[in-house]
Amino acid sequence: MKQVLEFEKPIVKLQEELEELRRKHAQKPTEKLATQVAGMEGRLADLQKEVYTNLIPWQRVQISRHISRPFMLDYIRLCCEDFVELHGDRHIGDDNAMPAGFATWGGRRVVVVGHQKGRDTKENLLRNFGSAHPEGYRKALRLMRLAEKFQLPIVTLIDTPGAFPGIGAEERNIAEAIAFNLKEMMLLKTPIVAVVIGEGGSGGALGIGIADRVLMMENAYYSVISPEGCAAILWKHREHAPEAAQALKLSAQDLTGLGIVDGIVPEPLGGAHHDHETAAASLKAAVSQALADLENLPVDKLLDQRYEKFRGMGKMA
Amino acid sequence: MGIFKKRSVSDLGEKKKDMPEGLWVKCPSCNESLFQEALAKNLRVCTNCGYHFTISSAERIESIVDTGSFVEMDADLDSVDALGFKGYLDKVKAYQKKTGLMEAVVTGRATIESCPALLAIMDFRFLGASMGSVVGEKITRAIEAATAERKAVIVFSASGGARMHEGILSLMQMAKTSGALARHAAAQLPYISVLTHPTTGGVTASFATLGDIIIAEPKCMIGFAGPRVVKETTHADLPPGFQTAEFMLQHGLVDQIVERKDMRSTLGALLKYMTPCGRTQAA
Repeated sequence: MKQVLEFEKPIVKLQEELEELRRKHAQKPTEKLATQVAGMEGRLADLQKEVYTNLIPWQRVQISRHISRPFMLDYIRLCCEDFVELHGDRHIGDDNAMPAGFATWGGRRVVVVGHQKGRDTKENLLRNFGSAHPEGYRKALRLMRLAEKFQLPIVTLIDTPGAFPGIGAEERNIAEAIAFNLKEMMLLKTPIVAVVIGEGGSGGALGIGIADRVLMMENAYYSVISPEGCAAILWKHREHAPEAAQALKLSAQDLTGLGIVDGIVPEPLGGAHHDHETAAASLKAAVSQALADLENLPVDKLLDQRYEKFRGMGKMA
Repeated sequence: MGIFKKRSVSDLGEKKKDMPEGLWVKCPSCNESLFQEALAKNLRVCTNCGYHFTISSAERIESIVDTGSFVEMDADLDSVDALGFKGYLDKVKAYQKKTGLMEAVVTGRATIESCPALLAIMDFRFLGASMGSVVGEKITRAIEAATAERKAVIVFSASGGARMHEGILSLMQMAKTSGALARHAAAQLPYISVLTHPTTGGVTASFATLGDIIIAEPKCMIGFAGPRVVKETTHADLPPGFQTAEFMLQHGLVDQIVERKDMRSTLGALLKYMTPCGRTQAA
């Protein structure tokens, strides 16, 4: 099933008309039809450019949640070789919302961890909609410590609406699992590159988000609270999510301006869901560059820079 | 009432009843009418049933430090509207006027039973003690001072979570405070986290759960997600006492539940084991 976002509907309509015209032209080519096709192609390109280069934050949030958007394991497949998935936190269980393992990223051996969403009900049951339990965060830390031990850099791919707010998660101390990662990641003696590839949902995102370089895909968002949650509290209704998205300054561009994000990873026109390969190539290059920038830093300097990076965040008088 | 009887955040609506102009206040737990002065003398704990009322940061400090030993730090740090968030600064100003506080946390140096420590005391009366840049910065500075001076840190938490009016900057205070604690811990210095009613969200998911020792006040609410969110997400009945101090103790998530009247002596006893101050006294 193809998911068409509200603001993309005029584009899809034009695309369908164009298809129809092309079909007619293919059946019975005429000069008139050829001119019409060319004209419509031009109009489509203009419309796409107009819509996609003026996206408001709420539209980006919708793109970041698009069901056809490449997910963590899609990027692993497209960016990495020899992925070896490793399971379990060694205490309670495995968390399929947070796959992790060894991978080779553009020739570099790395440990990669991230959130994985599902595209249909069956997948979402398995992946818990990308909302990890404490076991996911603890597995992530276990593997990041392996990375430190074997001197492999770490790549984290963030894509979660938030950590799971469930009874078991609370009983097994989801808050501590996240907090402990924040503390421990600050001191891991190996380079860390974090990329928000889709949804950067609050503490659940930050729980694998302490890094030497924090990148964001062009249409990803990163926020302390979901726009709907913020709207429900401040405007008393979720319908005000678009205003909340604007107010929260959650887009890659806004967050770069606030000094939270070090780089924006470009996406194909209209978003990564239109072209997985191009999006993946873009991500692959950006992460490889960040890893290259970090790999020769002495570890003391790396850790000082990481500390100072987060130490400097916040504005006050 | 059962040991799992839970306080809801809406209990804090008690604030009006809690600190009224009048001479008497009604205990929200046992309905006993309490004489204000007697309640204040009893550290704002109900003399009838032991219910712990919300307490101001000033009263909290007085109740735990050696008399006159507290010296406040960074008292002037003020919030700014970094995001252009409509109405935010008006809100901050209103709370400053109402509480007489600059922000939702008071930090400083003190001694507790003669042991020196850096303190951070959150005050729920100020915007639900939500964590924005100033709260994160003051706590981070207190931790960094403790690391530099080789002292213990004690944080009394109470918070509705991250302050959404500061957006991502609030979220990053979790990273900042936890990072400072990482360095403090690497220097082998002790951190005691005390959880009070209510401790939730981004504060729970950062410094509040990172203590070498974690203490909770009786019956306080502690959690990551709010109980309503958990209920709505899981469509399940919440277990009795879910997200209370007693529930946390039962699940092995806190070291002790300590009543307010015993807090000072408990902190003193712990500091004597975890810092050199006990050893020098013995010598």
